[in-house]
Amino acid sequence: MFLTYQNPVYTYLKSPDQAATEAVHHPLVVVGAGPVGMAAAIDAAMRGIEVLVLDEDNTVSVGSRAVCYSKRALEILDRLGCARPMIEKGVTWKLGKIFFRDELVNQFDLQPGEGHKLPAFINLQQYHLEETLVRRMNALDNLEVRWKNRVVAVENGADKVRLTVETPDGPYVLSCDWLIAADGANSPIREHLGLESKGQWFHDRFLIADVVMKAGFPPERWFSFDPSYHRGYSSLLHRQPDDVWRLDFQLGWDADPEVEKRPENVLPRVRAMLGEDTEFELEWCSVYTFRCRRMERFRHGRTLFVGDAAHQVSPFGARGANSGIQDTDNLLWKLKLVMDGAAPERLLDTYSDERVCAADENIMNSTRSTDFITPKSPVSRTFRDAVLELSRSLPFARALVNSGRLSDTAFLVDSELNSGDDEEIPGDMVPGAVMADAPVAGSAGESWLLETAGSGFVLYLYSADASGLDDTLLQQLRLLSRGRISLESIVVAERGTAPGLRTLHDAQGLFAERYGARPGTCYLIRPDQHVCARWRRFELSAVSAALARATCTVRGGTFDAENRE
Amino acid sequence: MLKTENNFHQPGKRFFRAYRPGDDFYAALIETHRDLSEAQSAQVNARLILLLSNHIGDLNVLREAMAIARDGIIPAGDAD
Repeated sequence: MFLTYQNPVYTYLKSPDQAATEAVHHPLVVVGAGPVGMAAAIDAAMRGIEVLVLDEDNTVSVGSRAVCYSKRALEILDRLGCARPMIEKGVTWKLGKIFFRDELVNQFDLQPGEGHKLPAFINLQQYHLEETLVRRMNALDNLEVRWKNRVVAVENGADKVRLTVETPDGPYVLSCDWLIAADGANSPIREHLGLESKGQWFHDRFLIADVVMKAGFPPERWFSFDPSYHRGYSSLLHRQPDDVWRLDFQLGWDADPEVEKRPENVLPRVRAMLGEDTEFELEWCSVYTFRCRRMERFRHGRTLFVGDAAHQVSPFGARGANSGIQDTDNLLWKLKLVMDGAAPERLLDTYSDERVCAADENIMNSTRSTDFITPKSPVSRTFRDAVLELSRSLPFARALVNSGRLSDTAFLVDSELNSGDDEEIPGDMVPGAVMADAPVAGSAGESWLLETAGSGFVLYLYSADASGLDDTLLQQLRLLSRGRISLESIVVAERGTAPGLRTLHDAQGLFAERYGARPGTCYLIRPDQHVCARWRRFELSAVSAALARATCTVRGGTFDAENRE
Repeated sequence: MLKTENNFHQPGKRFFRAYRPGDDFYAALIETHRDLSEAQSAQVNARLILLLSNHIGDLNVLREAMAIARDGIIPAGDAD
C-alpha cells in the first residue's frame, strides 16, 4: 500500500480465442505491457497494424521504479499521443548537481538553449507513465489488451509464431505473423527460445527509498560522493510528482538486502540525509543490484526483442526505459513496411544492428558510470578520489566526474541504411543522427519541426523564398510522394509558400542554424526521425537511391529502387 | 602555462557528446591497470608520469603540475 498512489486493477476478460477449436491467428502480438511493450503496441496501432497485447498481470508498475524520462523518449511518446499528460503530471528538470564531501563541485545543464518543444527530462513515477499508456491503448480500435494472459510456451516457426497462453480460465493457443517480446529483463520468451542475454554483474547494492515530504529542494538531480551523512558511499536525491522524493543510497556489496530494507534501518539513513527536522513518510523502498548485458542480436526469425528483454543497463543515467522506447521507434516503421510487403524482411535485421549499436553505447556509458561510482580496485579508487579532489578547482577534472551520463541518443553513423553525407554541411545532423527540434510556423498550425515528421519518410528542402522555387523542382518534389514508400516533401523557408507542398517557416532561424542549411540544402528523414541522407542540392535520383537504401529496396533485389508505382 | 580546461580529444575522431573524449581517456586509464597488484599499479603510474613528462617537456608546465598535485597533502609523518 502506498501513501500517494493506489494501483488500478484492469479487468481480465475471457476472449473468444480461448474457446476456439483452432488457434486463432493475429498479425502482431506484443508480450508485456510495460512502458516499452505499450509504446510498441501504440506505435503499431497508429501505423494501422492490428495488434494484440498480452500481459501476465492486471495492473501497472508496483512502486515508482523508472522515474526519469528523457527528451527523446518524450518526443517519441509525443508522436504516440502520450507526452502531454506526462509533462503536465511530471516534474520538469534539466539541472544536475554533483557534490563531493558536501561541497558542490560540478553542475550540468542538459538542455542549454531554447527552441525545443519538449523538456530535457521529466521525473514521473513509472505507474503514472503506464496509466497514460494504458488509456491511450484503450482509445485505439485496432489494439486489444488481454490482462492476466501469461505466455507459457513459444514456437518460433518459419512462417508463424505459436504461443500457449495461461489464463484464469486455463490455457489456450494462438498464433501470429510477428511477435514483439517486451517481457522484461528476465524475459520468459527469451528463456523459452533458449536464448541468452550476456554481460556482467556489478558487485554493489543500492537502497531506493521514496519518501513523501514537503521540502524546499529544487527540481534538480543531486548526486553526492562521500557525503558526511553517508561516509564512503554515494547518494542521490531526485524529485517526483505528488511530493514524493527518490532517495538512493549506495550500500556496498556486503550489505544484507533483507536487513537494509527494514524501516528501522532505512529511516535513520533518510533522517541523516534530510536533517533531523525534516518531516517525511516512507512511501516505498527496495534494495537492488544490477547487471549490464544484452542479447547477441534482437531479431530471431519472427520474434523481435525490445527493451530490457534485449538489453539491460545499470540505472545510472536512466538508460533503461528510455532506450527501450527508442527500440520501438526504430522497429515499428520497419515492421509496418515488411508487413505491407513494401520492404524485405532484411530491413528488420537493421533494427537489430542499429539498436545493438545503441545498446552497446548505453551499456558502455552506464558501465563507466558504475565503475566511477563503485571503483573496482584500490588504484581505481585512488584515481576516482583524485578526480573528485581536483574537481573542486579544475575544470578538466569536473568533466571527468561521472555520476551517470544521462540518457541521450545514439548516432547511428555506421548504419547501412544511411547514404553518403555531404561533409561540407556543418553541425551534428549527420546521417544516423536523431533530428534536432526547432520552432517552425506552418499554415496548418504546425509549431514544431518534429511534429511534421514521424509518419512516413520526409524530405525537407530549405529555401530562402518558397514562392520562388522553379517548376521542375516542385514537380520532382511532388513526384517523390507518389512512390510505394510513403514520403512527403516539405519546404522549409524564410518566407513564401511552395505551391502544392507543405511549407514551414523557419520562425527563429533555428532550422537553418541546427541543420547547417542554406538555400538548396535538403535532408531525407526516416519515419523514426533519424537523418538518413543530406545534400547541398536536390537531385531526384540521389533522393530515390537514398530512400531505396533506407528501406533495403535497392534495385537488383526483389524491390524496385525507383520507388515508383 | 598548464592547461586546466578540459582538453581531451582524439585527432581524426568526431565526438558528438562533450563527455565522451574524457570518458574514453578515463576508461583507457583504468583498463591499463586491470589485473595488476597495487605495487604493479604504482610501477605503471611512475612509468606513465615519466613518459608524459618527457612528452610535455616544458619544465615550467611540469613544475606547475607537480605543485598542484601535491597541494593540500600533508606528509603522513607530520599528520599528528
